[in-house]
Amino acid sequence: MERVPILKIGDILLVSIQVDMSDQTAVALQEDLAERIVATGCHGVIIDITALDIVDSFVGRMLSTIASISRVLDAETVVVGMRPAVAITLVELGLSLNGIRTALNVERGMELIAAERDHDRHDEFDDGSDVEPTASP
Amino acid sequence: MALSTDESGRLADLLTSRVDRVIQRWTEVVGEQLRGRLSQAELLRQVQELHRALVDALGKGAVDLAAEEATELRAVLAELSRGQARQGFSATETATGVFALKDALLSAMEDDQSTRTLRDYVAFAAMVDQMGLFTFESYVHTREGLIADQAEQLLELSTPVVKLWEGVVAVPLVGTLDSARAQVVMERLLQTLVDTGSPYAIIDITGVPAVDTQVAQHILKTVVAARLMGADCIISGIRPQIAQTIVALGIEFGDIATKASLADALRHVLRLTGVESGRRQSRREA
Repeated sequence: MERVPILKIGDILLVSIQVDMSDQTAVALQEDLAERIVATGCHGVIIDITALDIVDSFVGRMLSTIASISRVLDAETVVVGMRPAVAITLVELGLSLNGIRTALNVERGMELIAAERDHDRHDEFDDGSDVEPTASP
Repeated sequence: MALSTDESGRLADLLTSRVDRVIQRWTEVVGEQLRGRLSQAELLRQVQELHRALVDALGKGAVDLAAEEATELRAVLAELSRGQARQGFSATETATGVFALKDALLSAMEDDQSTRTLRDYVAFAAMVDQMGLFTFESYVHTREGLIADQAEQLLELSTPVVKLWEGVVAVPLVGTLDSARAQVVMERLLQTLVDTGSPYAIIDITGVPAVDTQVAQHILKTVVAARLMGADCIISGIRPQIAQTIVALGIEFGDIATKASLADALRHVLRLTGVESGRRQSRREA
C-alpha cells in the first residue's frame, strides 16, 4: 500500500498528495498525521493538492476529516495548490470544503498559518513568555 | 445529373453564339432582383465573368460542377458569393444571380423548336442548379466564418485580467455575461491567480449593463471557486440601478465584500494586506 509522506518544516507539517487516494491510503494518512502532530508538537498542517487532477466528494471528506482531527490536536490545516479546473468542478457540483482553509500555494499557506499563530498569541497568550524576534513590539 | 459531353458542347455553343442576348437577359433579371444595390457596370462585370468561366469550363468538356475542368468556374462562383456575403446581400439574392441564367437560357433557346430543345434545357437547368447550390454553400460558409471570427474577437477583447497591485488582480467585465463568457472569465481569472500567486481579485462590473439572477449566479460561482483555491474576491462597480435590481431580485452576496467603485475595492484590499494608503503615509511624514 502506498503511503503519503509527511514532511516537517519548522513548526509546520507538509503533506503533498501525489497519488490517487484510496480508502486505505486516506485512513493511513489520517493515522500517520495524528501521530506526527502529537510527536512533533507542530501547530500547522499544509496539505498540497497541486498534483490532484480530480477532487471528488471522497477526497473532500478526507480533507475535512484531517482538518477536524488536526483542530482537535490544536493544529491549523490549510489546503494549498488547488487547480482552477478542480475548483470549477467543485463549484459546479455544489461541493464545498466546509471548515477547510485554503491558500494559493505553499508559501501563502505558511504565511497564513504564521499569521494565525501570531494572532492567537496576541489574543490569548500575550504574556511575553513566547516572543519571537518578528513578534516584538 | 451530369451533362453528356454532347450537351455540354451544345450549351457552350449556345452561350457563345447568343452571348449578347444571354448576358442582357441575365443582367436584367438579376438587376430587377437587386433593385439598384449593385451598379449596372459592376453587375455586368460579374455576369460577364461568370459567363466566361462557364463557357471555358464547358468548352474544356466539363460535364458537371465537380469536374476538374470546372475548377475555375467554382473559384469564380465562390469569389462571387464571398463578395456578396461580405457586402450584406441575402442568400436568396446571391443564389438568384446564378439561377437567373435559366431565364437567360430560355430566352436564347425559344427560337429553336426542335424536339431536342426541351431535353437540353432540362439538362442545362440541372447544371445551373448545381451552380446555384454551390453558391449558396459558399455563401453560408463565408457567413459562418465571419460569425466565428467575431465571436472569437468578442471573447478575446472581453476578458482581460489586469494586475492592479502586488498580489491584487482585477477583471473589468464589459458587456452581457452569458454562460460561455462567464466560463472563460472564471477560468482565466483562476489561472491568473495561480500564475501570479495573488490572494486577492477584484471583479469590476461597471461595464455589465444588467445583473439578473443568472449573471449573479455566474459571479458567485467564480467567487466561491476562487475561495476554494485560497483567494478572496471583491465585487466592485455596482451602479445604483444595479444595486436596486439586486435587492429587488433578492440576490444574496453573503459575506462577499461589495464596493461601489474600483478605487474603494482597491483601498479595501490594501487595508487587508496591510499596505498603508498614501494619505496616511503623507500625514505621518508631515
